[in-house]
Amino acid sequence: MTQLLLFNLFNGLIIGAFYALMALGLSLILNLSGVINFAHGGFLAIGGYLAYMLIPHIGFWGALAVAPVLTAVLGLVVERILIRPLYGRDPLYSLLLTFGLAFILEDGTRYIWGPGTLPFTIPIWLSSPLSNTLFFLTGYRLFMVALVVAAVTGLFLILNRTRLGMRIRAGTLDLETVSVLGVNTRILRNLNFGLGIYLAGLAGVLAAGMLGLQPTIGSTLIMPSFVAIIIGGLGSLPGTLLGGLLIGVASGITTVFFPSASEAVIYVLMGLVLLVRPRGLLGEEGRF
Amino acid sequence: MNALGRRGPDIAVWLLLLFLPYWLNWVGGYTSLGSRVLVLGLAAMSLNFLLGFTGVLSFGHAAYFGLGVYGVGLTIKYLVPSTLLGMAVGVIAGAIAAALIGLLIVRLRGIYFAMVTIAFGQVFYFIAYRWNSVTGGDDGLSGWHRMPIDLGLTSIDILGNDKAFYYLVLVCFTVAVAIMAALLRSPFGRTLLAIRENERRARFLGIPVDRHIWLSWVISCLFVSLAGTLYALLNNFADPHDLRWDQSGDFVIMAVLGGMRAFWGPLIGAAIFVVLQDYVSSETANWMSFIGLFFVLVVLFFPRGVLGVIQRRTAA
Repeated sequence: MTQLLLFNLFNGLIIGAFYALMALGLSLILNLSGVINFAHGGFLAIGGYLAYMLIPHIGFWGALAVAPVLTAVLGLVVERILIRPLYGRDPLYSLLLTFGLAFILEDGTRYIWGPGTLPFTIPIWLSSPLSNTLFFLTGYRLFMVALVVAAVTGLFLILNRTRLGMRIRAGTLDLETVSVLGVNTRILRNLNFGLGIYLAGLAGVLAAGMLGLQPTIGSTLIMPSFVAIIIGGLGSLPGTLLGGLLIGVASGITTVFFPSASEAVIYVLMGLVLLVRPRGLLGEEGRF
Repeated sequence: MNALGRRGPDIAVWLLLLFLPYWLNWVGGYTSLGSRVLVLGLAAMSLNFLLGFTGVLSFGHAAYFGLGVYGVGLTIKYLVPSTLLGMAVGVIAGAIAAALIGLLIVRLRGIYFAMVTIAFGQVFYFIAYRWNSVTGGDDGLSGWHRMPIDLGLTSIDILGNDKAFYYLVLVCFTVAVAIMAALLRSPFGRTLLAIRENERRARFLGIPVDRHIWLSWVISCLFVSLAGTLYALLNNFADPHDLRWDQSGDFVIMAVLGGMRAFWGPLIGAAIFVVLQDYVSSETANWMSFIGLFFVLVVLFFPRGVLGVIQRRTAA
């Protein structure tokens, strides 16, 4: 029983790290541009499939490095062509547009790579269990946790230490003033979107290694990411991180006791948070 | 403009709908396609009560639509084989769920509101999807069908007769639309418009904004669940996808496509959407790409919708 609980707790933590990685990208875009990117799951799938294509040529590590970058480039192009015209309009329109885009990306991946689950090769030494009693502790899972930690650290370093990051944070608070101070906000929003999509692509490669690769991989992961953002508080990146981990663990523990409610429990959690604290756990008062 | 000119479009719409089963076959349609347009049109118009006339962006109306769908299906299958009772259960379930969830979300605005409605919509989807023994899970709830309506002296056979069912839908549609139109003309409706135009000013005038938005939300969800019950009866089937987020997106695009600021807009949007869906899904398997592209094109090139463009032309 303890082992089962431990297993699901750990599993939940890993899934939560995924949600967090994805939700952080969503949150970045939402905070600076006010766009709910429904297509985020589609970009995640693209990241996974690109890695699948690249592995035979440049190996797992090469794919891990290159696929998210390519996904981010696609993100930059999509932002430039489709999303930029919608800034300043009712958020309804960007929501509908990314909604349609999500359909196109999912159907597109199905059209190109087929509807079935594709095998995704990870290095053998990563996929074997590390100990016999704790069978679930494979190298890949530990590696994933490490990589998510590294990615999140990197993100916060970029945001806190670089000029781009400072501009993104300032723009989140008051884009107009940032623009008046001589920052090209079009490029800023474009790069910020690319950064968010990079995280989605990275999450895609990791998810493909763990869950297997299929066209619906994005749409199953996106809803929990929304919940993670709401629980953590809109506008707060640390909140999003916390929210992601929290719902992962919550659904992991629920799997032990009441498996069929493992999806619904995160929405119950969201309802509770909204009831007690409508701005989310770490959200600022009055921002949204 | 004289009185007849102002009422002209309304009269035209009602006449077209009243005689629809008689002219639809003639232009290449069939009666149940007309019922489908009317049902989804009712759903989109109900959503638009909130979206277009109160200015609140809900992206989760499929949940209440789906509660109507499952309410009527479960009632007829397990409780009482009565169409009207099933519809009552569906509508009440949708309205109660909306009233409770509304209390949680009524203080949120804009994209925050949209996100929370999307997320809450998924709860009911997962319940329907996971509770296999009762709801049939992913396969949907089948093994039931709409029942003839028993009026005591006589009964109306809505099962075998497509036209009879169409007129049942039309009666429900008329009642719902008339109530919404009357509400929008009343001081309550004008207050909703004021909130849409300038929430802060409305608040300063002493209007209890949150309460009005809550009421508008519940009314909108109630009529959406009515549309849901009719949709289930139309298909004789309850599909878990009826309460998923893609369905909510479909309702929003119908409203936008027809014109959010026009009363009849969403009905026209629904008609275009349903006819396109009927045609395209018989031609290609890539319906998803098609509809996705359709969303993108409407947003980029046609954001005002059909009636929005026409209104603008006539005003200029």
